[in-house]
Amino acid sequence: MDLGQINPLLLLASLMVAATPILLAAIGEAVVEKSGVLNLGVEGMMITGAVVGFAFGVNTGAPSIGFVAAAVAGAALSMLFGVLVLYLKSNQVATGLGLTLFGLGLSALIGKPYEGIKAPTMAKWEIPLLSDIPVLGPIMFRHDPMVYVSLIIVALTWYVLTRTRAGLILRGVGENHNAAHALGYKVIRVRLMAIAFGGACAGMGGAYISLVRVPQWVEGMTAGAGWIALAIVVFASWRPWRVLLGAYLFGGISVLQLNLQAAGVPIPVEILAMSPYLITILVLVVISLRGNHGAPGSLGREFHATH
Amino acid sequence: MIRLEKRPQPSKVWGTLTPVLAVIATMIAGGILFWMLGKDPLEAIRTIFWDPLFHETFGPYSRPQLLVKAGPLILIAIGLSLGFRAGIWNIGAEGQYIMGAICGAAVGLAFYPSESILIFPAMVLAGAIGGWAWAMIPGVLKVKFGTNEILVSLMLVYVAENILASVSQGLLKNPDGMGFPGSRNFRDFPAAYNTDLIEGTGMHWGVAAAFIAVILAYILLTRHMLGFQVRLTGEAPRAAKFAGVNPTRLILFCLGTSGALAGLAGLFEVSGPSGQVSIDFNAGYGFTAIIVAFLGRLHPIGILLAGLLMALTYIGGELAQLMLGLPGAAIQMFQGMLMFFLLAMDMLSHYRVRWKTPVAAKEGAK
Repeated sequence: MDLGQINPLLLLASLMVAATPILLAAIGEAVVEKSGVLNLGVEGMMITGAVVGFAFGVNTGAPSIGFVAAAVAGAALSMLFGVLVLYLKSNQVATGLGLTLFGLGLSALIGKPYEGIKAPTMAKWEIPLLSDIPVLGPIMFRHDPMVYVSLIIVALTWYVLTRTRAGLILRGVGENHNAAHALGYKVIRVRLMAIAFGGACAGMGGAYISLVRVPQWVEGMTAGAGWIALAIVVFASWRPWRVLLGAYLFGGISVLQLNLQAAGVPIPVEILAMSPYLITILVLVVISLRGNHGAPGSLGREFHATH
Repeated sequence: MIRLEKRPQPSKVWGTLTPVLAVIATMIAGGILFWMLGKDPLEAIRTIFWDPLFHETFGPYSRPQLLVKAGPLILIAIGLSLGFRAGIWNIGAEGQYIMGAICGAAVGLAFYPSESILIFPAMVLAGAIGGWAWAMIPGVLKVKFGTNEILVSLMLVYVAENILASVSQGLLKNPDGMGFPGSRNFRDFPAAYNTDLIEGTGMHWGVAAAFIAVILAYILLTRHMLGFQVRLTGEAPRAAKFAGVNPTRLILFCLGTSGALAGLAGLFEVSGPSGQVSIDFNAGYGFTAIIVAFLGRLHPIGILLAGLLMALTYIGGELAQLMLGLPGAAIQMFQGMLMFFLLAMDMLSHYRVRWKTPVAAKEGAK
C-alpha cells in the first residue's frame, strides 16, 4: 500500500472529470422534475447518448460532433417518453423504466461494431492566465471543454429557473398543473420542452463517459450513473447549485475509491467498488430524514385537461 | 379533433386486448428493425416465435428451455406485481435474485458433500430469506425514513453484483477448482442439485414454485383481505386511507414478498440450470420480469402467459443469433419495444377516444 502516490492535486482535477457525466444528467433531470415530470429513463438516455456520441466521434474524428449527436439522440429518446406520458397518459414510473430497458438494448445493438475502438482524444483547454495559478490552475482550469460547458449549463439553468419569466412558468407548471392550465399556460408544451432538455443533457452526460472518461465503448458502461443522477436531484432539493455540489461530492467519492484501489489499500476491491452506491443510499436516507422539501407539487402526477 | 375522455372505470375488454395488440405491434416494429439489419423480417419473426416450439431439429431442445426461462421470470414478476399494484416500486429484483442465490448456495456448499435430504429444503429457505432480507433494506428505510424505494432498491443491485463478484472469487470459490473463479458445480452434488422433476421437460422445482406462486397470488388478490388492500391502495389511495389500510404493513409485505420470490428464483437457478455461483451468473431476469409483470397486466394469470411469451423471445433470440446472425442485443431492444407499445396502448383501457368537432363549430352550424 502506498498512499503517498495519491496526488491530491490530480485527485481534485479528476474529480471534476468524474463528476461531469452525472452533473449533466442530473441538471437535465432537475429541470424535468421542476416541470412536474419524473423521468426514470435517465440511465437509458445516458447509455444511448454514450454509444451514439462514441459512434459519431469515432466516425468523424471530432468529439464535439459526437456530443452534439449524443444530445440529439438523448432528446429524441426522451420525446418517445414525452409522447407516451403526456399524450397517451401512461404511468410515468413504468414508462421511465421502459425507456431505460429500451435504451440499454438499443445501445448494445448500435455499439456492437464499436467495441474495442479507442475514442478520438478531446483537446484540453488551458485557459490563459487562470491555468497558471498555482494549485487552483491545474485543478480547475486545465480541462476539456465539456467540463466548462457543463458548468455553464448549470449556471444558465439556475438563471432561467429563478430569474426569468420562462423559468417561473416552468416552475408553476410543476407546482400545480391545473392552476397553470387555468391561467392559460400550455402545460404539455412546457413539459415536452423540459423533457427534451433533460434528454439532451443526459445524452451528453453519457457521451462524456464514452468519449472522455473511459474513453471507449463498453456495453452497459454507464453502470447506474443515470440512477445516481436521479438520487442527486433529490439530494439537491431540486436546486441547480446543490446539484453541482452533489455531483462533485459524488465525483470525489468515486475518484477517491478508484485511487484507493490503485494504491492497493487493504480493503477488498469489491467493497471499494460498491461504496459509491452505498454512500448514495446513505445520502438518500439522510435527505429523507429531513423531509422532502422542495419537491414540485405536481411531480409524477398525471395531467389531463378536460377543457 | 381527437379528444380523450376518461373512463369512469378501466375497460376490461381493452385491458385484455392491449397486451395482444402490443405483441402484434412489436412483431411489426421488430420486423422493420430486423429488415433494417439486413435480415428477412418474416424469417426472423418465425425463428423467434415459431421455431423454438415447432421446428423439427431445434424444437425438442428448445421446448424444455421454455419452462427453464419462464420459471424465474414468472416467479419474480408475481412478486413485483403485488407492489406495482399498490404503487410500491421494487425495481431491484435483480439484486434480490443474486442475494437469494448466494445465500441458498452458501448453505448448500457449507454441507458439501453431505447426502441428507434436508439440504435442498434448507437451501430453498435460505434463498428466500436472502432475497427477503435484501428487499427489506429499501422496505425498512421507506417505512422508517420515507426514503425512495425505487432508488434504494436499484442501488442495491450494484452492491449485490459486487458481493457476487467477491464471493465467487473468494468465500464460495471451488477449493478444487484449480484457481478458477466460481463455486463448486451443483451437478456434482446430488443432494443439493435442483434437477428436472420430469426428465427432459425443464420442469424443475423453480418452475413448480412459479406455478404455485401464480395460484397463491390469485387467491390472495381475489379472496384475501390483504390482497384487497393491495388493490385498493393502488386503485383508490384515498379510499384505502379512510378504510384504515396500514401503509407500513403493506409496504413491508409487498417488498418482502417480492424479495423472497426473487431470492427463490435465484436459488433455483443457481442450483439447477446455471449450476454454480459465478461472476456473471445473473442474466437480467430481475429487470425483464418488470416487463413481464406489466405485459401480464399485473394479473397472476396474465403474468403466467407473459412469462412464457418472454421466455420464448429469449430462446427464439438465441436461435436467431445462431441461425440468422441476429445480434443478441436486438432481442433486448425487442423486449423494450414491447413494454413501450404496451404502455402506449394502455391508454385505450383508461380513456375513450372521441372524434369531436369543437363545440363552437357545432353551434355555428346550427
